[in-house]
Amino acid sequence: MLKQIEGSRAVAEAVALCRPEVICAYPISPQTHIVEALGEFVKDGTLAPCEFINVESEFAAMSVAIGSSAAGARTYTATASQGLLFMAEAVYNASGLGLPIVMTVANRAIGAPINIWNDHSDALSQRDSGWLQIFAETNQEALDLHIQAFRLAEELSLPIMVCMDGFILTHAYERVDMPTQAQVDAYLPKYEPRQVLDPAEPVSIGAMVGPEAFMEVRYLAHAKQMEALKLIPGYAAEFREVFGRDSGGLTHTYKADDAETMVVAMGSLLGTIKDVIDEMRAAGHKIGVLGITLFRPFPIAQVREALHGAQRVVVLEKSLAVGLGGILATNVRMALSALPIDVYTVVAGIGGRPITMRSLHALFREAERDDIDPVTFLDLNHDVVDKQLARERSTRRSGPAAEAILRDIGVVAAKVAQEVR
Amino acid sequence: MSFQPVKFYQTGTFTVGNRLLPPEERSVQAQTKRFNSINSGHRACQGCGEALGARYAVDAAMEAANGQLICANATGCLEVFSTPYPETSWQVPWIHSLFGNTAAVATGIAAALKVKQLKGERRDIRVVAQGGDGGTTDIGFGCLSGMFERNDDVLYICYDNGGYMNTGIQRSSATPPAARTATTLAVGDEPGNLFGQGKFVPAIAMAHEIPYVATATVADLRDLEAKVRRAMAIRGARYLHILVPCPLGWGTASHETIRIARLAKETGIFPVFEAEHGELKSVLAIRRPLPVEDYLKPQKRYAHLFAPKARLEVIARLQQLADRNIRRYGLLEGN
Ligand SMILES: Cc1ncc(C[n+]2csc(CCOP(=O)(O)OP(=O)(O)O)c2C)c(N)n1
Ligand code: SF4
Ligand SMILES: [Mg+2]
Repeated sequence: MLKQIEGSRAVAEAVALCRPEVICAYPISPQTHIVEALGEFVKDGTLAPCEFINVESEFAAMSVAIGSSAAGARTYTATASQGLLFMAEAVYNASGLGLPIVMTVANRAIGAPINIWNDHSDALSQRDSGWLQIFAETNQEALDLHIQAFRLAEELSLPIMVCMDGFILTHAYERVDMPTQAQVDAYLPKYEPRQVLDPAEPVSIGAMVGPEAFMEVRYLAHAKQMEALKLIPGYAAEFREVFGRDSGGLTHTYKADDAETMVVAMGSLLGTIKDVIDEMRAAGHKIGVLGITLFRPFPIAQVREALHGAQRVVVLEKSLAVGLGGILATNVRMALSALPIDVYTVVAGIGGRPITMRSLHALFREAERDDIDPVTFLDLNHDVVDKQLARERSTRRSGPAAEAILRDIGVVAAKVAQEVR
Repeated sequence: MSFQPVKFYQTGTFTVGNRLLPPEERSVQAQTKRFNSINSGHRACQGCGEALGARYAVDAAMEAANGQLICANATGCLEVFSTPYPETSWQVPWIHSLFGNTAAVATGIAAALKVKQLKGERRDIRVVAQGGDGGTTDIGFGCLSGMFERNDDVLYICYDNGGYMNTGIQRSSATPPAARTATTLAVGDEPGNLFGQGKFVPAIAMAHEIPYVATATVADLRDLEAKVRRAMAIRGARYLHILVPCPLGWGTASHETIRIARLAKETGIFPVFEAEHGELKSVLAIRRPLPVEDYLKPQKRYAHLFAPKARLEVIARLQQLADRNIRRYGLLEGN
C-alpha cells in the first residue's frame, strides 16, 4: 500500500510486520521516532505478543537483546552515534555469540564535539565488529532492507545493522510502498535458532575459549560473512518476486558503462550524486556511480568488477579515518589492488554539512582533470582551520578549538542577533 | 522417674537433624536427586566460598523451578572456574555475555520467555542472574538498577567476596575498609582500603522497593536455601547478596571458609536479613556477639592491623561499623 509517511515510521511499520518478539530501546536522536512508533504498536496491541523494554542505556539495550536472542526470540533494537559506541562491548559480544539481532543505525556523527547530524562515523566505527552492515539509499529501501535483514541474519546466525541516514532519511516524509503482512509472512520464515537456552537441552553459551580454538571460532564468523555475499543476491531476487520491486543486493551502478570517472558512495547521498551525474552526462562527461549497499561483508569482487574499467575513482564518504583519510576509500582501494586506477578519497558531509550539487559539480570536474588531492575535504573552510593552527602555534593556552573556530566563523545565533540589531 | 526430652539443636544440618525434617524442608543438597547444577570437577580454589554459595543457591533455585531454569553469569571467578570449553560444569542452560551486563541479559531472557510462553511455545521457565561483587556493585550496577526499577522477573544473586578476585584481588566498591588488596596495599599511613562512605548494595536494592531483597552467608546454608526458595516463590525483581569468603584473596585457610563467614555474621560485620518491598522483614540474629578482632585476625588481608603494631584505632572504627549494623538491623534481638 502506498503511503506518504516519515522514514522512521515506515521502518517501524516494516519491523512490526516482521513480528519481532522483543524490542528494547534507549532514545537517541535521530533514532527516536522509530522506537517511539514501535512502542506505540506494542502498547496498543497491534504488535503482539511482543515485549517492549525501555532500558536504562544502550549498553543495556544490546545486552537485553543478547539475552532475548539467546533465549530464542526474534529481537530488534535501534540506536545511533554515541549510543552505538556506548554499547560497543555488547555489539562485539552479540556477533561473537552468533546472535541474529537486527539493529537500525540512524547514522549520526560521533562527538566530541557533540553533533546530532548525519554522517557515517558511527556505523563505520563498528565495521570490524562482526555485524553485517547494509546502507539504505531511500526510505523505501530502508523499509525493505529491514525485512531482508531479519531473513539474512537469522539464516546466518549473525547480527545485522541496517544503516539509514539520520534526519535525511529518518525524518523525511516520502512516499513508500508498505508491504502487507501476508507478503512479509511469505518472505520471512519463522526464526529457528541454531543455539537456544533451553532447560530441555542445557547448553553453555559464551564460555571461555583459549588460543587452541579462538582463531577457528573467529574464522567461522568471517566465513559466514562471506556466505552473505552469496545469499544476498538470491534474497533480493526472491524479494522482487514477493514484493514486486528491486531492493537491496550488494552494489548498484548508475550510468557506469563507459565511465572514465566513477564515483563511489553509500546511503542517501547517492540520490544527489545521480542528479549531478545526469547533468554531467547531458553535458558529455563520461561519469558514473557505484552505490554500495552492503558494506560488511565488503563485496570486493563486485566493486572491482564495477570499477575496473574506469580511469579514476572518487570515493565520496561521510566518514573520516583520522590519520589516514577514508574508511570506505580504503576498502575500495583493496578491491582495486594492482589495478592502475587513481583512487581519490573525498571526505564530505561529516557532522551534517550539506553536500550540494554545486560542490559536487566542481569536485567531479576537478577530479576529471586529476586536479584534486588524494585526500580531499569537500567544502572545508581552510581559512578558519589555518587561523586556528596559527593561534595554536602562537599561544600555548589557545583554549577549546571548537569554540575558537565557531567564533571565527561567527555562530549562527550571533549572526542573527547582529542582523536584528 | 523423671523424663528428659531429647533436643536436636542441629535440625537441618547434615548430621542427624536433616532427617528429622519433613522431606520438602530438607536441604536440597541432602537429596539424592539434587540437580548438581554446577557439577564437580571445576577449577575453583580449595575452599572457595563462591563455588559453595553458587552450588547451594542454583540447586535451590533449580528445585524451586522444577528444573525449568536459565542462568546468566557475569565475567568473574565463577564464570572462569566453571566453564572453559569444552568442560563446562553447568547442567543448566547457561550464558555468559560480559562483565557488566548480566542483569540486562537476564532481563532479555525473561522477556523472550514471557513472549514464548504467551505463544504457547515454551513452559514457565525462571531466570537467575549471577555475578561477583565487582560485576554487581561496580561495573554491572547500571544494568542491575535498571532491572530493579523495571521490576523484571529475575532473581539476581551477587557473590560478594569483597574484591575483583578473578583479576588478582583488586579493590572493588564492596572491599571493606582497611582490607589489603593488590590495589590497596598495606603500605603508607593508612594501609589497606580507605574508609569511604561504603556501598552496601542490598540497602540500595531495598531503596528500589523491589519485592524481595535478602543477604546470606555460606555459614548458614539452610538459611541461604530458604531464601532462594522464598525468592523463587515471588515474581518480579529479586536480589540475593551472599557473603562468600575467598581463601586466596582474604588470606585464610581453605578449611576456614565457613567459620570466617560465620564470624562475619556473628560480629555484625555482615548483617543477614530479608526485606520485602523496601521494608526489613527479618534478620538472622547474632547468637553470641563477638568482637570484630575475631573476624579480622584469621585473615591475612587484615594482618597489618595487628603487626608490627596493633592499629587499635582502625579496629575500633571497624567495630563501630559492625555496631552500627547491629543497631540498624536489630541483629541482637532478631525477629
Ligand atoms: C569490561 C571489563 N572490564 C574488566 C574486565 C576484567 N575482569 C574480569 S573478571 C574481573 C573481576 C571480577 O570480580 P568480581 O565481579 O568481584 O568477581 P570475582 O572474580 O571476585 O568472583 C575483572 C576486573 C572485563 N572482563 N571486562
Ligand atoms: S580466587 Fe577466591 S573466588 Fe576465585 S576461585 Fe579462588 S577462592 Fe574462589
Ligand atoms: Mg569479587
